[in-house]
Amino acid sequence: MSMNGALTVRGLGKRFETAAHCFEALADISFCVDPGEFVAIVGASGCGKSTLLRIIAGLERPTSGEILAGGLPITGPGRDRAMIFQDYSLYPWLTVLENIRFSRRLAAQRRDHSSDDGRGAAERSVLLLELMGLERVRDAHPHVLSGGMRQRVAIARALLCKPQLLLMDEPFGALDAQTREVMHDLILHIVALEKRTVLFVTHDVEEAVYLADRVIVLAPAPGHIDSVWTTGLPPALERSCDLKLAPEFLAREREILDRIRATSGLQSDLQALRRLTGQVQFERPDKAQS
Amino acid sequence: MSASPHPVPRNLAPRNQTSPNPVPAGAARPSLPLWTIRGSLDRRLYLSIAVSSFGLWLALWWAVSALELIDPLFLPGPGAVLRRFVSWARAGDLLEDAKISIFRVTAGFLLSALMALPLGLIIGAYRPVRALFEPLLEFARYLPAVAFVPVVLLWTGIGEPSKIAVIWIGTFFQMVIMLSEDVTRVPMPQIEAARTLGANDREVLILVLMRSAMPAMFDTLRITLGWAWTYLVVAELVAANSGLGYAILKAQRFLQTDRIFVGIIVIGLIGLGTDQILRWIHRRLFPWAGAR
Repeated sequence: MSMNGALTVRGLGKRFETAAHCFEALADISFCVDPGEFVAIVGASGCGKSTLLRIIAGLERPTSGEILAGGLPITGPGRDRAMIFQDYSLYPWLTVLENIRFSRRLAAQRRDHSSDDGRGAAERSVLLLELMGLERVRDAHPHVLSGGMRQRVAIARALLCKPQLLLMDEPFGALDAQTREVMHDLILHIVALEKRTVLFVTHDVEEAVYLADRVIVLAPAPGHIDSVWTTGLPPALERSCDLKLAPEFLAREREILDRIRATSGLQSDLQALRRLTGQVQFERPDKAQS
Repeated sequence: MSASPHPVPRNLAPRNQTSPNPVPAGAARPSLPLWTIRGSLDRRLYLSIAVSSFGLWLALWWAVSALELIDPLFLPGPGAVLRRFVSWARAGDLLEDAKISIFRVTAGFLLSALMALPLGLIIGAYRPVRALFEPLLEFARYLPAVAFVPVVLLWTGIGEPSKIAVIWIGTFFQMVIMLSEDVTRVPMPQIEAARTLGANDREVLILVLMRSAMPAMFDTLRITLGWAWTYLVVAELVAANSGLGYAILKAQRFLQTDRIFVGIIVIGLIGLGTDQILRWIHRRLFPWAGAR
């Protein structure tokens, strides 16, 4: 495995242990992400995809294995790996622009960017504001914004400090379908233009196939990599939502969905359903008595 | 006010629909009934209900005394209380008593708050600190503050520090626990987002935890200020020679029930007034806090 990939995960395992019981969330996860690549992680709920992302962010510690980001081992959260959450991560007491500029108040930022002066970051925050279509609300507080706008603020805030790796944990999970479509193209374009590397966790397979260059399918109990798929779509800037109706796209989506379904252990038990709806009589052992 | 749900008899309703001048859309807009769980109420109606509830009690009080149902020694009428208020205020010592009481409450409350705010913040932030203090505080807050009065007198004498100490004992422990709860209610993504943007511990504490919990902490202080008044009166009833609590005690000795009532009502009004002022300040300081 090359050492100069954006991200290298090797033999990663995670066990949650309490006094009462122990739960193995992830076992032997290994993969690499190249610089500029967009990788999506999908899987049945409970397969540990969010845990994996949180370990890479440094918010949780792995029980085994190692992770290298830009060739360096991860010891904790860092501004090279900004994370975008599903909701409730904006600061309600700050305006939109102040939220985007939040990282500039932090000592780590000031230390690293002493040469690349504060004006650069100030200009960048205004450019991000325009790019995200937020100029009209730059002085508004988050609670008056729609869910889609709030996520755009969160993305701009994460992008301001030019993270090597952008970690997104179901960032559009709380948005309605139409807003999600708009956000898809926005994130594709901005990530391509900014040449960022992205690791994107979602339960929406269509979203994963449309956005990602590669899709990793995780299977549960314990969470492990089931399969990795290359989407083979045109470059990010040439994609449009019509693509989602193309036969190759739908076929790939179908294949991945089938893998998830096969690994999730979930299927509708027709026999049980028939019993539930009374089409089949319950076989009671004591039936003979009545 | 006849609020019948069907103001139009059913046989007349169709004629309304076919009339050449239909009712303007706004006029017939159906509003939710007043008795809706978590329903809404416009501000004017809220105020008029609130004011009339005060008025109702006043009227009841007035009626009871006017009809001489209860001996005025036990329950003086509103008129007598008002006359006592005026004469007490004219004599000048009502203002003096109120001033010294307000001073004691403010001093005791500020002492509590200044100690409880940093402690509540670090208890809410760090689990080991919580483990160190929480069981102790939970025990301490059940200690009856009133029972401490004799020892407090022994420790601090009968001067101002004794009243401030009683208020401190009565409010501090509760305050720390409530403030630490406010800090633990800060949404985790706010903290984690800051950390992935490169914030260190001190920055998470000051730029995120403290700022995010501030509106809730302000509310906690507003509520505990009310308790401070309770313990002030306790302290003044037992060991003081000035203040509203002392005035109430003195009035009891001379069976001046009307003076007792004035004292109680004045304390109530001061409390209501400061509460409203603090609510107003809260709205001005944290306009973003209401709608999450």
